[in-house]
Amino acid sequence: MLEVALKQEMPGFTLDVAFEAPAGLTVLFGRSGAGKTSIVNAVAGLSRPQAGRIVADGRVLLDTGAGIWLPPHRRRVGYIFQEGRLFPHMTVRRNLAYGARFAPAHTPREDMARVVEMLGIGALLDRRPGALSGGEKQRVAIGRALLAAPQLILADEPLAALDEARKAEILPYFERLRDEVNVPILYVSHAASEVGRLATSVVALEDGRVLRQGPAAEVLGDPAVLPAGAREAGAILVAHVARQHADGLTELEAGGVPLFLPRLDRAEGAPVRLRIAAHDVILSRHKPDGLSALNILPGTVAELRPGAGPGVMVALDTAAGRVLARITERSATAMGLAPGVALHAIVKSVSVAPGDVGGEPA
Amino acid sequence: MTDWLTAAEWEAVRLSLRVALWATAVSLPFGIFVAYALARWRFPGREVLNIVVHLPLIMPPVVTGYLLLLAFGTQGPVGGFLDRVFGVTFAFRWTGAALASGVMAFPFLVRAVRLSIEAVDPKLEEAAATLGATRTWIFLTVTLPLIVPGILAGTVLAFAKGMGEFGATITFVSNIPGQTQTIPLAIDLALETPGGGARAARLAVLSVALAALALAVSEWVSRRVAARIGGRDA
Repeated sequence: MLEVALKQEMPGFTLDVAFEAPAGLTVLFGRSGAGKTSIVNAVAGLSRPQAGRIVADGRVLLDTGAGIWLPPHRRRVGYIFQEGRLFPHMTVRRNLAYGARFAPAHTPREDMARVVEMLGIGALLDRRPGALSGGEKQRVAIGRALLAAPQLILADEPLAALDEARKAEILPYFERLRDEVNVPILYVSHAASEVGRLATSVVALEDGRVLRQGPAAEVLGDPAVLPAGAREAGAILVAHVARQHADGLTELEAGGVPLFLPRLDRAEGAPVRLRIAAHDVILSRHKPDGLSALNILPGTVAELRPGAGPGVMVALDTAAGRVLARITERSATAMGLAPGVALHAIVKSVSVAPGDVGGEPA
Repeated sequence: MTDWLTAAEWEAVRLSLRVALWATAVSLPFGIFVAYALARWRFPGREVLNIVVHLPLIMPPVVTGYLLLLAFGTQGPVGGFLDRVFGVTFAFRWTGAALASGVMAFPFLVRAVRLSIEAVDPKLEEAAATLGATRTWIFLTVTLPLIVPGILAGTVLAFAKGMGEFGATITFVSNIPGQTQTIPLAIDLALETPGGGARAARLAVLSVALAALALAVSEWVSRRVAARIGGRDA
């Protein structure tokens, strides 16, 4: 259990948060500038907040009232940075072993062989970081943090610098970390897809304040949180331009499924990331007929997440990827929705993810 | 092989090497410390320290030598103290030549090392801290290995400066064969002696050769270090 209370006045920005992170993976969820990284750096001891109290499993890391500020090297925190921050002059093996010597002798620690096996980095041990891909670096960074025998793991947007394929490569390792390592994890993200997949609990942040905190299903399914807490809920699909049609439509293809968009000025074959907002998806148990919508994705229900209000978030696995739909609980009950039920997702609108193709927009 | 230089000239070469080696070796730890302080710490007097370190680069060497004479001469406050307490004398000794060379070479050393420290991402040092390393340990295992190329470059510059220092040395410790007469001072004397041209030329050629050798060695080592840091398994 991690308890955090912080107050920090900065020019044009005030951080004032209090939250608890229970066992499992807690996501600090919010837009850029919501104060996520400031919080994580304060927990790690990389900054000195003006006022606050941070307690990890009964150990006081910070208590400005009592004049306590533990320096970072005594906090026993495993920090996985966005950019990896591996030591460039050391082999992967020495990077991994760096923190182990500082752990107190009696603490239970992860076995190097087990961590290497879990992260699939056995073949990289004698290389240096300069010779690794982005995804490999991040896996080594996870291992390095883990092997320092931390009592708390911090991860600051560890996937943000990676492309979609690398993200898909790393996400499962965080799932294993959450499920197999008995250490609380504080994970910073502004990507709804990561939150949905990883979070045990969520602390939604906005403008330096906690908007809502609680179990993931509760916070994410809360219609009050999603639009305000971050970019609203929605799935991201990776597609590429298939062809341009004479009627002004661009045909994309995602996992073999065709999708139509108003003219997109990109070359054939160019990758495009699409966002489908959960509230732009209508679900149907039958293949719709005589409907004006062009984009219909068949799939099966993966998960239902009831919210506090009348809404339910439905996660649908389709050939194009996972799609989220936000419908009322009344509809879900009437349609008999449950995991495994086959459905059709009617997509009212598809937006091209802002910013770019490839990286996560900042 | 010793035939082409006279015994006195060999003496000058040996003395130059000794002076430059001592000057470099003794100023290296101080230089790294000052460079680190200037690059990483914010403290009152930082700008003053920066200026003092760089003064020998800007001032006329004669002035530096004169100030050294005032401070480190046998009658000077520092020189007198060191003489009485530790029996270390600088005036008119090779130690004085080494001191003058070290002071003149110091800014070169600090500049090279400071640049390389500033090129080390402080985020790596932060990462090491979160893994449990103390500041000293971080410096030894992260910062220091990454600035080896800068330290080498600074060392070679300081060594070359030490071999060639003239103005401050001759002002501070005069031109005494066997004690303070390094290669440049021997060349100066040879040029003022009728018929000394050939001697001056031989010593000049030797100076050039030593300088070139030092540069070549440092380049080679720097490349190896850079290759290792760059990720290729050297």
